[in-house]
Amino acid sequence: MATDNREWERFDRRRRIGRFALVLVAAVAIIGSWRYMNTGIVRAETIPREVGDLLTRMYPPDVAYTTRIVQPLVETIQIAALGTLGALALAIPVALLAAENTTPNAVTFWLGKLIVTVSRSVNTIIWALFFVVLFGSGPLAGATAIVFRSVGFLGKLLGEEIEEINFGQVEAVRASGASSAQVLLYGILPQVKPALVGLSIYRWDINIRDSTVLGFVGAGGIGVQLFRAVNAFAWQSVATVLIVILGVVVATESLSAYTRALVR
Amino acid sequence: MLRATDLHKTYPTGDEALSGVTMSVEGSETVAMIGPSGAGKSTFIRCVNRLTEPSSGEIYLDETELTSLNDDALRSARRDIGMIFQEYNLVERLTVMENVLTGRLGYVSAWQAFRRSFPAEDIERAYEILERVGLNDMENKRVDELSGGQRQRVGIARAVIQQPKILLVDEPTSSLDPETSNTVMRLLTDIAAEREVPVLINIHEVDLATEHADRIVGLHNGELVFEGTPDELDEQGLDQVYRGAEVPENIGSQRVSDGDTDTAVDPDRPLAGET
Amino acid sequence: MAAGNRTWKRPTVFGRRGVKWAVYAGIVGFFIWSGVGVGADPARIARGLGNSASLVGDFMPPSATPRQSQRILDKMFESVAMAMVSTLTGIVLSVPIAFMAAENLSPRPLYAVNRGFISISRAFNAIIVGIIAVKAIGFGPLAGILTITFKTVGFFSKLLAEDLEDIDMGSVDAVRASGASPIQTLLYGVVPQIIPRFAGLSVYRWDINIRTSTIIGIVGAGGIGSVLLTAFNRYDYQYVTAILLAIIAVVLVAEGVSAVVRRRYN
Repeated sequence: MATDNREWERFDRRRRIGRFALVLVAAVAIIGSWRYMNTGIVRAETIPREVGDLLTRMYPPDVAYTTRIVQPLVETIQIAALGTLGALALAIPVALLAAENTTPNAVTFWLGKLIVTVSRSVNTIIWALFFVVLFGSGPLAGATAIVFRSVGFLGKLLGEEIEEINFGQVEAVRASGASSAQVLLYGILPQVKPALVGLSIYRWDINIRDSTVLGFVGAGGIGVQLFRAVNAFAWQSVATVLIVILGVVVATESLSAYTRALVR
Repeated sequence: MLRATDLHKTYPTGDEALSGVTMSVEGSETVAMIGPSGAGKSTFIRCVNRLTEPSSGEIYLDETELTSLNDDALRSARRDIGMIFQEYNLVERLTVMENVLTGRLGYVSAWQAFRRSFPAEDIERAYEILERVGLNDMENKRVDELSGGQRQRVGIARAVIQQPKILLVDEPTSSLDPETSNTVMRLLTDIAAEREVPVLINIHEVDLATEHADRIVGLHNGELVFEGTPDELDEQGLDQVYRGAEVPENIGSQRVSDGDTDTAVDPDRPLAGET
Repeated sequence: MAAGNRTWKRPTVFGRRGVKWAVYAGIVGFFIWSGVGVGADPARIARGLGNSASLVGDFMPPSATPRQSQRILDKMFESVAMAMVSTLTGIVLSVPIAFMAAENLSPRPLYAVNRGFISISRAFNAIIVGIIAVKAIGFGPLAGILTITFKTVGFFSKLLAEDLEDIDMGSVDAVRASGASPIQTLLYGVVPQIIPRFAGLSVYRWDINIRTSTIIGIVGAGGIGSVLLTAFNRYDYQYVTAILLAIIAVVLVAEGVSAVVRRRYN
């Protein structure tokens, strides 16, 4: 019977070759990468033992150290809050520039895109290196770094929201003789307000996490205490700091999720 | 009084929406502008308050020439021009009262606008107008909770509170059902008559136009092809206006163009900026 | 019609006006307190901004000697290589953890343990993980791979677990009802439902990993970051700018590749 020889394949030939090529490229890249770094496979096997060793030295956490980290922890929260507020203030004009329907002309549009791209491509810690040079070490440099990293994030997402608004509503406000500022307040702002609040809270949540490392480059926050303890090999103190950070981050994340659900 | 002289509009795409329209709205009359979609009706209305910039021509509102005004002067002039839109164009997430007060923005500072602190007489007038359009006790409802007919009443209130010298109305009923359309048109023309405000209304439903307007102008392909009273709009006039428009999208004019044999002249041509 | 002086106030979401002002005052107070806390006094900010003009001058134009350029290139390759390897290891490790962290597929205690692990991974910034990895296994790209793998597992297994929780159990039951073994049920009932998202997420995470790999060198975990920190510490600011431009370029290329692949695949 002819039907005995019928074959069935999940995908047609071209798609299969395409997938195969993609997997092959990825495999070659990964094997090539591994060999490029010449880290020696033997050492990789020691990872579990070394990590386990470190974790053992962290136990039990040094509870007394908690008193020393209250102030840095408060500072971390302040850095994140101020950084988010500053970023929001700067992100609104940037978003208006970077949105196709509100930007005055092509030059301002590309200016907006440039600000967003540079801000997003440079990590918070690198921004912090800059501002430590500018303001000296301390939390001010940290807060400014948070501002400069968050502007791109908020500007990009807010700009996308602005591009989605109903422009008829804006035109109607303009047709009544409103000034540009009034058009912004009555035509545009109400339409993007939920996104504005939601994105700010979301970014604040991220900024709490980012603020915990600013201390490494001297830009304030709980990181200062953490890296001091690490460099002193005081692993039990390190454990305390890590637990506190974990608690704050988990609490922030729940608060952020809860508040964003309210604003819908 | 509104007078447009030789008004031209060519879009950047090359589409010529208006090719030399001259017309006027006098006294406190209601003028209906009819024509197939793509004829340039919306473009004309939008050129008056320069939501669309005309390419050439002059527009006088009383003594003011509108096309040459700079930004500041244009804003002042817009305070005297009320506009009602096809899709209502209300700010959905604001309350009814805020939307009505939008009509007074031209008279307050940005800070006052932000604080929502409008002069007491504006608030009083807003309440009166809301009562007039039948939206008593709705002032604190958000617009996205309202029905289509209610929204267009808010739209009317917003335009009327401007105390305009003219009302521009762009297809006010195309998002409404026939019954609501009739009520809204009646309300609109009644309010305009009470306040002796002239109205220029864009409408493609010929029935509504002949019923509610004092005078009718017909646009075809960017040119004025008919002008007269509703009584003077006969089969021949309608042929002129809708000649070549194969099947205009509404029932009123479809009935008219059924008898039209000259179908090949000009197919319906939607334009950028046309609704 | 009541003629006269009707007033109107915008209704507030807080119910009462007093509550509204209290909330606003609280927020403003919090920010002022924060401002004082971080030492954001206007004079200091003004002085800093005044210095910024000359500082920007120090950073411009970007420049690098041929040896420095070679170093940028070498270390950038190392960053990308770290990202490549740890995307693979991270995803491979994520799969079992995701299954154990899916509420509908995993027993309670196992679920809790794996969710806890995911939370820990997500809570700590890569820099913190990096510094501990360096202390545990020494400087170099291996610490970087460990770091990025750890971060990848948290991200990937969380999203994958959520996908697994959303799968249609009806079709899984149908496969099981046909007499399939547990492994076969997994392959025919579960896997086909999550494969499309899986591919998109992998490429997305690869993009994030490239970003991470360019900075964790700052704590000694391999890649271009160490070069950047050294240049900063030597006040060689024009070299810093050159390195930053290289980082931005690589990040943008990765983002572009990721966007294109995801669009093609979906």
